[in-house]
Formats: sequence, C-alpha cells, structure tokens
Amino acid sequence: MAETQNVYEIPIGPIHPALKEPIRFTFQVEGERIRGVDIRTGFAHRGIEFMGMKRNLIQTLYLSERICGICSISHPIAITLAVERAAGIEVPPRAQYLRVIYSELERIHSHLLWAGVAAHELGFDTLLHLTWKVREQVLDILEELSGNRIDYALPIYGGVRRDVAPEQIPKVEAMVRYYRGLLDELLDAFLRDPSVEARTRNVGVLTAEEADSLCAVGPTARASGLSKDVRQDRPYLVYGELGVKAITPRDYGLEPRGDVYDKAVVRLLEVAQSLDLIETCLYEMPEGEITSFPKIPALLAFLKKAEGEGLGWHEAPRGEVIHYIRLEAGVEEPIAWKVKAPTYSNLMSWVPMFRDQEVADIPIIAASIDPCICCMDRVHVVRDGSPGTVLKEDLLRLSRAKTERIVSGARLSVPGSRPTAHGLRTTDYGGGL
Amino acid sequence: MGLSSFKRALWVFHIATGSCNGCDIEIVAALTPRYDVERFGIKLVGTPRHADVLLVTGPVTRPMAERLKRVYEQTPDPKAVVVVGGCGSTSGVFYDSYNVVGPVDKIVPVTAYVPGCPPRPEAIIHGVVTAVAKLEELTGGKR
Repeated sequence: MAETQNVYEIPIGPIHPALKEPIRFTFQVEGERIRGVDIRTGFAHRGIEFMGMKRNLIQTLYLSERICGICSISHPIAITLAVERAAGIEVPPRAQYLRVIYSELERIHSHLLWAGVAAHELGFDTLLHLTWKVREQVLDILEELSGNRIDYALPIYGGVRRDVAPEQIPKVEAMVRYYRGLLDELLDAFLRDPSVEARTRNVGVLTAEEADSLCAVGPTARASGLSKDVRQDRPYLVYGELGVKAITPRDYGLEPRGDVYDKAVVRLLEVAQSLDLIETCLYEMPEGEITSFPKIPALLAFLKKAEGEGLGWHEAPRGEVIHYIRLEAGVEEPIAWKVKAPTYSNLMSWVPMFRDQEVADIPIIAASIDPCICCMDRVHVVRDGSPGTVLKEDLLRLSRAKTERIVSGARLSVPGSRPTAHGLRTTDYGGGL
Repeated sequence: MGLSSFKRALWVFHIATGSCNGCDIEIVAALTPRYDVERFGIKLVGTPRHADVLLVTGPVTRPMAERLKRVYEQTPDPKAVVVVGGCGSTSGVFYDSYNVVGPVDKIVPVTAYVPGCPPRPEAIIHGVVTAVAKLEELTGGKR
C-alpha cells in the first residue's frame, strides 16, 4: 500500500463535557491512535499575581485561596510560609500541627474527588456516586473546623485562625475510623475490579525517566516510581518529625509502571497516609497559642515594616506548590509574588502519556494527572500594553539572554552576595522552619 | 414558586469561564448522593443544545467571553441562565484584573444569581429552581 498521510486533527475544548475546566487540546490522530498533542492554555487566567501585588498581604492571602477552590489550604499555606520566612515570623508549634491536620484533610477530600472524577471518565458512574458520597464525611469535618465546605480561610501569617476544640476531636476521630473501615472497600472497587483494571492498566504510561526529565511532581511522579514528595524531601511545618515517606506503587507490592492504575494506587494509599498523619497530630499536638499575632491590625503593621524575600513550599494534593514573595518596608502590598502550581509542572507529562493511545482514552488520561487548570493558567505576556504570543524562538532567545546575564553577573560577584538575573540577592532557602 | 417547577425534567449545562473550581465541585456535589438533584430530574448534559438551564461559574476571562456568548446562543429557547458564585455575579475578588471582562451579566442575560464563594449545594439547587420558576412566569406557564 502506498504511503498516505492519514493524520487528522481533532480539537477538544475549551468547552467540552470531558473537560471540567477550559483548556484546549489539539490531537493529531491516525485512525484511533493519537500521534501527537498540542495543548493551549490560558483560558482560566485571571491575573491573580497582578491583583495580589496591588493589595495588602491579608487581602492577598484570601486571594491566594481563590487560585483554586480544591487547593484552598495548600496555596494559603505556601504563601504564609513564604511571608513568614520573608518577615521572620515565628509560628507557634500548635499552629504547625493544626496546619498539617487541615492540609491532610484537604488531601483526603481532593484525592476522593479525583477518584470519583476518574470513575466518571471511565463511564463508571456508580463509583463516582459512591466516592462522592463518602467524600461528604471529610467535607463535614472541614465545615465543622472551618465553617465552610470549600475555601476555609484557615491559615494566617503567624499561625492559623481557628483551633480544634476538645469537643471536636471525637468527631475527627470518628471520621478517621470511618475512612479506615471504608478503605478496603474503595481499594476493592478501584484496584481489584477487572473492568477498571482493563481501562487503566498500561494506559497513559509515564515512565520514570520521562517523569524525571519532565519534572513531574506529586502523585503523577510517584506513580512512575519516583520517590518525590516535598514533605519528605524538604520538610516544613512538623512533617519532618512526623516522618512522611513518599508513597509509590511499591508500597502496594507492585512494580511501578506509571499508568493510570498506578496513579489511582498512589492516591488511594495517600488517603490512608493522611488519616495516619491526622491521628498522630491530634495526639501529639501541644497546647498553646494558635497564632503569634492575635490582632490583625498589629499583624498588618508588622508586615508593613517587614523587608525581605521568602519562598514557601507545600505538597499540595497534586504535587509541589511554591510561592515566592518579596516585601519592602513601608509598602503594604508585596513587591513580587510568584506562584508555581503543581499542574504547571505536570502539564508536559501529558505529551508522552497521550502518545499512541486511543481516542477513547483521552478523558481518563487527561484526568489522570488531576489537572487543575485554574491553578496553572498564569502566563500572559503584555508588552507595550498589547498582549502578545511568545514563540519558541523568542523563548530560546530569552533563555540565552538569561544565561548570559547570570554568567556575567556571577563574574562580578563577591562571595556572600551574589547578584542574580533579577537583581536580587540569592538567599539560602534551607529546609525546615 | 411552587413545585410546578419540577413538572418536567431540567437539563443543565455547566460552563466554567475561568472559575477556581470551588463552585464547579459544589455543582458536582449537588448531583451526587448527599444532595442528589437527579431525583428531581435535574441532570448535567454534555452539550448546550440539549440544555434548559445554563449554569455559569467564574468571573469570565477575556478568552472565555466570546465562547460564553456562543454557548448561550447554542442553547435553545426558552432558557434560563444561573450564575453560580460571587465572582460571576459581581466579579468579586477579581474585580481589578486585566484579564477579567465579567461579571457574567455583562456578557449574557442572567435569570438568577447564586452568591457565595462558593455557594453551598443547597443554594445552587435553590438558584436553579428560582430561575425556572421565573422562566415559567415570563412565558406564561408554558415552557
């Protein structure tokens, strides 16, 4: 048969029932096989960093919560850690334990949410309804502790805003017991079901080498067998004392393959891990203050005088989230605020995952990295007042120019104060608090 | 407003115009067993061409405005538009962004607003029912 060009393009999105959020894929398909994919993002870009740099730090904290409704504890934790490093604020031990409890509760709700969405993408709606039904228990606890089902407004610079009252502890314990009893059923439904296995085994494979070279983070990287977890690699809050270990499919007795099945394994085992962490924190949490600044005006006045830069990192349910902040004395708003959300790192892993897969597997592969488009859409170039598109050549040119700047800057530097490309002094962001 | 709104099944299309996922997951929560709107015949459909109600979340970013208009035009009449969330109703915390052209009622006519950041599932259900009751009023009971 003569060689013919049989590659067609299928655009999917930005509005499509298989996608929950606006993003556009352009697939090159040959028959039922995907040969390539192009991803167009930016539909959910709201310019949050830009707005944050025009507001005072407390307003920015609540804005950071609105980066993503699912990670509405992760982003505030990362920004509070960044500001606390920049301004030199101490966090009382009890507040650190409380932050761990809140973020692990969020992880449980987010992973169960993912499991339901994944089941839905497979056409297994019964399982969607089952997981979302059991997910309501953790939302009840979050509502009990924070007053809201989503967007909890819990962390604040210097601590947390709400304590866990003694009468609430039995409710949290009951939730932990409930999920422990349920876990085996969930593992059964997801991992020992032949139809789920048939749809997820060897589908959307991301090898360990690809995950490593594409800098995948979170469960996406761990499912490929990488032992990569910010809570383990660069401990913060009290995660160091709690001894968190990155979960890979090996913990379930499987050699990691990096497919969708492995991603489900990692996320479900992490629910169990989070339950253990919550229980440990409840027992080990010391008595004491929950914030070093009980009065908001005092906090604002202190932050206005603060000067410096800081980096805050946190293992969000989807992976590593980083906030960078720079403060200047006498200015209420941050001088610089940069957010790196986990989906931003995971985006490129879609390319090898989609390669040579079937069109019917698009929804589950797209969902398998647990994409959070609203977290990620924050790149927009405005030059001379008009929005422009950055081409590959432009990026290459920018990248070369940056290397040049760094090299020439390094030549001028004296040890201890090395100017970098952005003109700031480099700071040692050592682990721990 | 009576239960007459529930005489027929309501099909709902959900469009996210740059929302933070908070409202979106509460919409799914409304569909799943705790709130279970499917018992009233309310269900999410895959295309605006099958929908009676448009659920719009998000503050409407610049690239999504044109698409929101198109989805609105693709929805057959009579239709109701329900804005879910504070940012879609008033721009909320995103009021001074360069890439937000909303709120939603600047782009398409809105029947009902559900404020909250995010609103609870009960509020979303109430919003949909209110919109349909209003629609029945406007069309003289015919739908």
